[in-house]
Amino acid sequence: MAGHLRPAHWLLAAVLLAVLCVPLLGDVFYTRLATRILILGLIAVSLNLLVGYGGMISFGHAAFVGLGAYTTAILAFHGVASGFLVWPAAIAVSALGALVIGAIALRTGGVYFIMITLAFAQMLYYTSVGLERYGGDDGVRMAARNTFAGVLELGRPSVFFYVVAAIFMAVVFAFSRLVRSRFGRVLRGIKDNERRMQSLGYDTYRYKLAAFVIAGALAGLGGALNANLVQLVSPSQMHWTHSGRLMVMVILGGMQSLVGPVIGAFAYLLLEEYLSSLTKHWQIVMGPLLLLLVLFARRGLYGLIAGRGEHG
Amino acid sequence: MSLALLVEQLLNGIQLGMMLFLMAAGLTLVFGVMNFINLAHGSFYMVGAFLAATFTAWTGSFYLAVPLALAGCIVLGALVEIAALRRLYDRDHLDQVLATFSLILFFNELATILWGTEPQYMPIPALLSGSIPLFEGAQYPVYRLAITGAGIAIGLLLYVLVVHSRVGMLIRAGATHRETVQSLGVDIKLLFTVIFGLGVAFAGFAGMVTGPLLAVQVGIGEPMLIVAFVVIVIGGIGSIRGALVGSLLVGLVDTVGRFILPLWLGYRFGPALASMAIYVLMAVVLVWRPQGLFRLARG
Repeated sequence: MAGHLRPAHWLLAAVLLAVLCVPLLGDVFYTRLATRILILGLIAVSLNLLVGYGGMISFGHAAFVGLGAYTTAILAFHGVASGFLVWPAAIAVSALGALVIGAIALRTGGVYFIMITLAFAQMLYYTSVGLERYGGDDGVRMAARNTFAGVLELGRPSVFFYVVAAIFMAVVFAFSRLVRSRFGRVLRGIKDNERRMQSLGYDTYRYKLAAFVIAGALAGLGGALNANLVQLVSPSQMHWTHSGRLMVMVILGGMQSLVGPVIGAFAYLLLEEYLSSLTKHWQIVMGPLLLLLVLFARRGLYGLIAGRGEHG
Repeated sequence: MSLALLVEQLLNGIQLGMMLFLMAAGLTLVFGVMNFINLAHGSFYMVGAFLAATFTAWTGSFYLAVPLALAGCIVLGALVEIAALRRLYDRDHLDQVLATFSLILFFNELATILWGTEPQYMPIPALLSGSIPLFEGAQYPVYRLAITGAGIAIGLLLYVLVVHSRVGMLIRAGATHRETVQSLGVDIKLLFTVIFGLGVAFAGFAGMVTGPLLAVQVGIGEPMLIVAFVVIVIGGIGSIRGALVGSLLVGLVDTVGRFILPLWLGYRFGPALASMAIYVLMAVVLVWRPQGLFRLARG
């Protein structure tokens, strides 16, 4: 397992180490940016379990992020601030949402699946707009970050960053075990040839649904973390263009690997920051750039860094 | 609840259904023949509405503006198809989704640059303004009836085109037996561009005629696109008949649901549930018939 360390991995480790040192600069802007990168990286990793490993093109992932974020903000609104309670609750609500939506959407496959996940995500978006009590269109503010019985002071940017970083690394480690486990291999088998896996006796529907729930739960955790970062949860964060952005991060980084989406999130956010500093109409550049990426560079940045060869 | 209001809502539902049909027909045709999923389809709805608003302002006539805007949409659609999208027909759906998603970002930003973020309002053309009495106590806007009629006329035209013309024969054959059509010497690239252009024209037209009923602004095509997906999932992908039935179902359930559910359930939960109604409908259809009501047979 650990015998396949290539130069690319050393490069990535160096980049991760550099990111971990960002709070030492003492500039809150960069600490926040690094936190955002790790949170979005985590969410992109969860989406890649579906897209890259399971071959399920879910175009509604922002909805599960939003469910987690809304759970966090609504509990805070009602005075429940303990992260020991709130974060598991956010994960549970998103997992439940993913279970219901996945159970219906996975009855079909291919292009239907894209449309159905997109449609249900839109439904949750409209539902969040309709939550008059929690700000409707404007969303709901969190007065303070979640508390951890006085042990962790998340209000301090550097403490929050290291909490996010610890969770991020734990998730990436767990994922690397997951995709190499029997479950992960069955999932990839389904992506390659679902009918073959069925005739081998696997109940492919249940495997796909399990993956969908795991991805949804993790997206919910990402949503809870993001709600703590920005301390404002609004319907716009559930908008379907965010699902599109997450998908772009996965593809930009490269979906054949575990770390590809993290690189994708990193590159996408830096590109977004850079382009939007040049012009407020930065999407006029971003759009064609992505189009060229899809047309001509299909293996993503990880493919460029790691070069040829198989990815595990 | 008065009967007049209910009739008005039913007619509104049919009108929304016909506009959805114009969107869904192009999407499902393009998918059925080219196996291509186009997220940017909603952008042509938006572009159609913007062009119609601009040309109406320039020429002073809605009736001049529509053909001009239609021509503009078709030229734009053909350009996009030839420059980028035709390279994606053989790619997997993931690539298609991403490429057309990036086109949406581009078109939305372009529209923001050209037309700004302020919504634009189009006047209802003079000949079609006002209301007509349906029966005692019930009035209905002429313009809504007119665009419902236009939608029905286009639907009939499409039916005749697909079922009774040579192009339609090629379209149907292209959907089920692509290689055979190609080997018979048909210029398949041209056929694909024509089909794509047809879909763009429908979507653009829906945007143009809906323009006077709403605020024309950036992003108006996307909700229509997603609801058109709901229509297609319900109707069965690739099927024009499915698109028609699905559109009317979704249009009626959405409009009548928004009217009736708040009356039944109160204003606390009614509106929220009404906005979920079409998605619940989709879920029910999926549980009952996962491939939609009318499934296209693929050879």
